[in-house]
Amino acid sequence: MVMQFLKKAGLGVMLAMISLAAHAEYTWNFPMPATPMAADTLHVHNKFMVIVMIIFLVVLSIMIYSIVNHRKSKGHEAATFSGPSTKSQVLWTLVPFAILLYIDFILMGIPAYHSVVMMEDTKTNADMVIKITGSQWRWQYEYMDGEAQGVKFVSNLTTPQDQIDNKAEKGKDYLLEVDNHLVLPVGKKVRVLLTSTDVIHNWWVPAFGSARDAIPGFLRETWVRVDVPGTYRGQCKELCGKGHGFMPVVVDAVSAEDYSKWVEDQKTKLAAASAGADKTWTKEELVEHGKEVYVKNCAVCHQAEGQGLPPTFPALHGSKIATGPIFDAEGKLVKDGHLDRVFNGKGVMPAWKAVLNDTDIASVITYERNGLGNSVGDMLQPAQVKALR
Amino acid sequence: MSSTTAAHHDEHHDHPTGIMRWLTTTNHKDIGTLYLTFSLIMFLVGGAMILAVRAELFQPGLQLMKPEFYNQLIGVHALVMIFAALMPAATGFANWMLPLQIGAPDMALPRLNNWGFWLLPPAAILLTLPFTLALFGIGDGAIATGWTFYTPLSIQGGIGVDFAIFSVHLLGISSVLGSINVIVTILNMRAPGMTLMKMPMFAWGWLVTAFLLIATIPVLAGAVTMLLTDRHFGTHFFDAAGGGDPILFQHLFWFFGHPEVYIVLLPVWGFMPQILQTFSRKPMYGYKAQVVSLWAIGALALVVWAHHFFTVGMPVPALLYFMYSTMAISLPLAVLFFCWIATIWKGSLSFETPMLFATGWIVLFGIGGLTGLVLADVAADAQYHHSYFVVAHFHYTLFAGGMMGVMSGVYYWLPKMTGHMFSERLGKLHFWLTAISFNLTFIPQFFLGLAGMPRRIPDYALQFTEFNMISTVAAFVLGFSQLIFVYNIVSCVRGGKKATDRVWEGAEGLEWTLPSPPPYHSFTEQPIVK
Repeated sequence: MVMQFLKKAGLGVMLAMISLAAHAEYTWNFPMPATPMAADTLHVHNKFMVIVMIIFLVVLSIMIYSIVNHRKSKGHEAATFSGPSTKSQVLWTLVPFAILLYIDFILMGIPAYHSVVMMEDTKTNADMVIKITGSQWRWQYEYMDGEAQGVKFVSNLTTPQDQIDNKAEKGKDYLLEVDNHLVLPVGKKVRVLLTSTDVIHNWWVPAFGSARDAIPGFLRETWVRVDVPGTYRGQCKELCGKGHGFMPVVVDAVSAEDYSKWVEDQKTKLAAASAGADKTWTKEELVEHGKEVYVKNCAVCHQAEGQGLPPTFPALHGSKIATGPIFDAEGKLVKDGHLDRVFNGKGVMPAWKAVLNDTDIASVITYERNGLGNSVGDMLQPAQVKALR
Repeated sequence: MSSTTAAHHDEHHDHPTGIMRWLTTTNHKDIGTLYLTFSLIMFLVGGAMILAVRAELFQPGLQLMKPEFYNQLIGVHALVMIFAALMPAATGFANWMLPLQIGAPDMALPRLNNWGFWLLPPAAILLTLPFTLALFGIGDGAIATGWTFYTPLSIQGGIGVDFAIFSVHLLGISSVLGSINVIVTILNMRAPGMTLMKMPMFAWGWLVTAFLLIATIPVLAGAVTMLLTDRHFGTHFFDAAGGGDPILFQHLFWFFGHPEVYIVLLPVWGFMPQILQTFSRKPMYGYKAQVVSLWAIGALALVVWAHHFFTVGMPVPALLYFMYSTMAISLPLAVLFFCWIATIWKGSLSFETPMLFATGWIVLFGIGGLTGLVLADVAADAQYHHSYFVVAHFHYTLFAGGMMGVMSGVYYWLPKMTGHMFSERLGKLHFWLTAISFNLTFIPQFFLGLAGMPRRIPDYALQFTEFNMISTVAAFVLGFSQLIFVYNIVSCVRGGKKATDRVWEGAEGLEWTLPSPPPYHSFTEQPIVK
């Protein structure tokens, strides 16, 4: 076992060395900055690194000099001083102190002050506002004003489980790919509001230089102004449970025209979805659409076959809730019933009311009752869900 | 009292033998040995956990474990290393060496001392029991929130969180008891003539530590108790829905958590200058300046906590205050570094194993300190925070600055404790393997962090592969090198070349005036310090 590991490890190091030379994807520093904040951060970081390297090397050379020359084996006699004794020696001991004071509060302190002020100024000349909501384990984006006002969608990881389980070859953007990208216009200052529905998350794109926690029950803010068009990838950076490594952020920064086009598309989609909520669906249509919704949103905890991961994540197959009544005899929502649980959540189960639209909720519930080995036989219409909002 | 009557007196004591000797002992040397042995065992336990983690991170994809289990390992690794390895090691040294160094016959409160130790094994069991329970289908494993217990994740968590809360309570009680004992011993039991400003530096380091522990452990205990009532009794201290605030928990936790770093390091800063002066054959440089710096760091440690969570969003004045106050710590710390280096400067140096560890410790801990200075900057911290850069930084302070310091202390005092010399050859091998593989483990993690790899993720994007592979291989070398350490200690306890009373040529201080090993009851006749 150990030998096997060592062999594997040795091979790994060799492979690592070869690939280091071959495609050099690794980096030694922050990624290329795409926002003014990231440019500033990189600048500050580089400056500080040079300063601390110089301090380190100076001190290290003094030590090495002493280690080499003041050895007993070379016959060096120990001095007897235990502190500065003359006035000039006292002055000399104060010199490094003064240098450090200068480095801390002038050389590093002043640029740091300006960076902080710039970083926290989310409001001055902000062109638009978006709201980002973290949930276990996905991001939800909502455009609060401007031409895209009202556009909102959920962004889920799309890397197939087979790649994570090493059953399929990993793609180029392994773990850094999502179904719906956040799209932002280039050169516009975007004020970003953050919150969460369950635990603390942190929305982080390294090329943007801003990382801010999303805290349940509170709004926090930061800002981005992407100056270079392109696709930027990042990850959640606050431990948020088992899916922490699997909730990436992908942002497309596009020109004003492309942005308007994208907004049009989104609005058409939203209109179609809301029209969908008014029509009557067949059970087959609901189950088919519901399966898609289930795989994207529910399978991570309740598992693909509905077997769950007890005790934290209960099975849906044969579950009392998923096979019990949705409405009581008077047509009222059953407390702790199937729809109530999906709508409002409980404990670890998130509330989906604000995340999924009427059609998605109706179809996923219909799927859970008629798929996953359950056969309740009934169905839920999007219109019924809509009526409860 | 003559020395013959002292020996006579010893014989008449009816010591229980076997396990009862250790369970009922109130002897500072026995309790010190218990602490140090416990620390060594838990160091290996915590190390094994993180090797499993590093093995999982060897390549992208999930190979060995599920993310749930991964999250449990990283958190318990940290709790074990901090509370069950580093802190007991420091308390073990305090028990063994403080009475010998200040010329006291024992610790001031021997029964409390016994209790302080025997709280630890149950605490360690509580912490790790959920792993075993999960195997039998009870609960879903140990605490999976990282060592920081952040709410609401910890409110959501399973029984592992409750076990960890009670474990932390026990560990906290043990630390506070140990601290009270240290303070009382140092302030009341010094040999005649040993004024405070003649005390060995180790006593100063521990005195500051003890005050920090008493100031902060109750806050931690309160915070985790509030967490417990939030979890089970319907309170809402940390739940916005009930008018609470999840960030309040972070403030309370780090009010303890930041001083905790110094709690772990201050005892080491205490005995390191003694080791440096021994092998430099030259008096310690700047004794007064060091004492003042230790207290200054202790005081500053209490007022900088929020730099651990700059990214939660704070008002600008708060950000600036915590940034500048954090930077201010570099000043007393620089004084300490200056004094350490000035101590070896123009000495007559020799590099036995303790000195190798001590010099390596200055350099590596220096890297930890300097990266900490950079981390204080709020703007750049947005990038460093919760990335592997931070992981590398605090391992330079806690492994190099803490654990390698402890190793230096073990090699320094082991001959005094056991009466035997250890294998110098194996000690040197242990040092070089540790120092080299430690750097190879953590330098790549600095680059991983800069490139954008978040910490605490079980799987990662492909561009992080190479550095992770190097780090994992080096971590295994680092882990297995520690077996040399264990072997060296065990064989030194069992036998070896007889150690002299002074052990090291340049050793100064009361502990070196006693035989090696010192008698069970030392200083039956009070030494007088001039």
